[in-house]
Amino acid sequence: MKVLVAVKRVIDYNVKVRVKPDNTGVDLANVKMAMNPFCEIAVEEAVRLKEKGIANEIVVVSIGPKACQEQIRTALALGADRGIHIEADGDVQSLDAAKLLKAVVEKEEPKLVILGKQSIDSDNNQTGQMLAALTGMGQGTFASEVVVDGEKVNVTREVDGGLMTLSLNLPAIVTTDLRLNEPRYASLPNIMKAKKKPLDTMSPADLGVEIASRLTTLKVEAPAGRSAGVKVADVAELVDKLKNEAKVI
Amino acid sequence: MSILVIAEHDNSSLKQATLSVVAAAKAIGGDIDVLVAGENCGAVAEAAAKAEGVAKVLVADNAAYGHFLGENLGELVAEVGKGYSHILSSAGTTGKDFMPRVAALLDVAQVSDIIRVESEDTFVRPIYAGNAIATVKTSDSIKVVTVRPTGFDPVAAEGGSASVEQVDVVKDAGLSSFVGEQKAESDRPDLASAGIVISGGRGMQNGDNFKMLEQVADVLGAGIGASRAAVDAGFVPNDMQVGQTGKIVAPQLYIAVGISGAIQHLAGMSDSKVIVAINKDEEAPIFQVADYGLVADLFEAVPQLEEELKKVL
Ligand SMILES: Cc1cc2nc3c(=O)[nH]c(=O)nc-3n(C[C@H](O)[C@H](O)[C@H](O)COP(=O)(O)OP(=O)(O)OC[C@H]3O[C@@H](n4cnc5c(N)ncnc54)[C@H](O)[C@@H]3O)c2cc1C
Ligand SMILES: Cc1cc2nc3c(=O)[nH]c(=O)nc-3n(C[C@H](O)[C@H](O)[C@H](O)COP(=O)(O)OP(=O)(O)OC[C@H]3O[C@@H](n4cnc5c(N)ncnc54)[C@H](O)[C@@H]3O)c2cc1C
Repeated sequence: MKVLVAVKRVIDYNVKVRVKPDNTGVDLANVKMAMNPFCEIAVEEAVRLKEKGIANEIVVVSIGPKACQEQIRTALALGADRGIHIEADGDVQSLDAAKLLKAVVEKEEPKLVILGKQSIDSDNNQTGQMLAALTGMGQGTFASEVVVDGEKVNVTREVDGGLMTLSLNLPAIVTTDLRLNEPRYASLPNIMKAKKKPLDTMSPADLGVEIASRLTTLKVEAPAGRSAGVKVADVAELVDKLKNEAKVI
Repeated sequence: MSILVIAEHDNSSLKQATLSVVAAAKAIGGDIDVLVAGENCGAVAEAAAKAEGVAKVLVADNAAYGHFLGENLGELVAEVGKGYSHILSSAGTTGKDFMPRVAALLDVAQVSDIIRVESEDTFVRPIYAGNAIATVKTSDSIKVVTVRPTGFDPVAAEGGSASVEQVDVVKDAGLSSFVGEQKAESDRPDLASAGIVISGGRGMQNGDNFKMLEQVADVLGAGIGASRAAVDAGFVPNDMQVGQTGKIVAPQLYIAVGISGAIQHLAGMSDSKVIVAINKDEEAPIFQVADYGLVADLFEAVPQLEEELKKVL
């Protein structure tokens, strides 16, 4: 079966984010960018399905500026077969991302679409569910285990009270949680090979989707910072402070 | 304006998060109805009818909603909600699952995880793991919003007397079915609403050592949390993870034991009123946000903490 994976280019998770002084957003100039960690897990899961002989082709798609091709190449180096870059500058919001991905799903007809559960920049946690609604597919969100079984897929989900397992009809949408797998690193030979793998570029217009921002960010501020308090000498002093100074016990 | 709040519950009791979502609805202003979708969930509807500020409770009681499947809830809420100006739910894992489906079915954007209401169409939400706070305005006619419960003080659970109406909309998409679940059974206070939380990290070394934290938690009546490293290492189950991708907590007192203080962990607890850190490394970043820091070996400090607390409580 064919697996489609959506990957997003975001700020590297190790980078300390700084809000721009004019409060229009976050400073992304000269900042290290990388594949969203949840998307790396999505790619890894697809590659494992291929290694098990369940998947026979992995197509990876990213929406964004030209630079997204770096993340597509990374996914190709990790084992994806083919890339699609939907070139869009500026702010592509979740609903539009989902509409673009729907158009790709209609063209490619994958059996399984794997996305990250959230991107670590906007922390929205929406795109996969929106894509599932638009395509009329079932969804297994926040997956920590994915087992394909004939025309069904069993997905174990990380939910507030513990774990929950669902059975979904294929084709279906899965969004990854952190414990689904531990992504591998790309080897140098595979990075070289990835440069030769096919990568198509298309525009939202090619896919018949009009980008319409419905959300306007009025301002972005730094959070009210916490400052370091005091160091206590021992446990007795700690308990005394909690009881008599902070009055929280 | 009219606001539809989707109740979070387990078919027998209403989750406190719902009362915080009603508080967010009050901040927007307008008539507030609550939709209770589930199976044999009459007790939840009664509880919702008593919540402060609720005008009407709608109950969709059907096997199709028993396990809160996103496909079925998505269609139900889109159908019931299309006459409202706002649809709100908590940003727990159930709300996160079905609300984006509702938004897509209604062809509107969703504003995720708000912590403040500025006006009927403008909301404040954390981005980048809480390292930036965005004010976002939506131009859609129906506003689909998930609410971070710790951002809003819950309305009173008692005192209201809303009417209760049945809704006969049955949506069974037939796309998914429930196979099973592993619920973490615990008599401890729910992490998300506990007044005191004590969390352990990789420094705990193994799951058995979490018993030390349980003993302290018993003295304090606290909930127990963990860092991702502790969950990944298999010390404790996933539902205990606090952070950007785990639970968001804001208790009166948060005690971090053997946790270094990575930004993804801080994203889940830095709104706590008082933070205590116990760590043997005085350079650990957690001390930069801690009101009270104790540089010590946790294997000595935690048993002492239990003893000292017993003396004063
Ligand atoms: C300050 C600021 C505030 C913003 N506020 C909002 C807001 O409140 N609501 C909103 O909808 N948008 C907002 N945006 C836009 C936001 O940056 C995203 O571009 C957009 O929301 C789409 O992805 P997501 O983060 O919602 O994806 P999520 O739903 O969090 O991501 C889940 C998964 O979807 C897939 N995916 C998402 N985007 C892409 C992509 N471009 N290419 C390939 N796969 C992808 C990935 O697999 C990803 O792991 C804001 C942007 C800024 C700068
Ligand atoms: C996309 C993404 C999402 C993430 N989401 C989350 C999340 O939701 N929640 C989360 O917690 N993390 C999350 N993380 C992981 C995060 O980056 C850190 O790796 C994690 O929080 C580290 O856990 P820790 O502090 O327990 O371990 P460590 O960083 O290893 O720290 C252990 C600490 O214990 C101390 N220690 C050791 N032994 C003792 C002792 N005997 N006495 C006292 N102190 C001792 C050490 O000094 C050290 O400071 C995420 C990461 C990514 C990339």
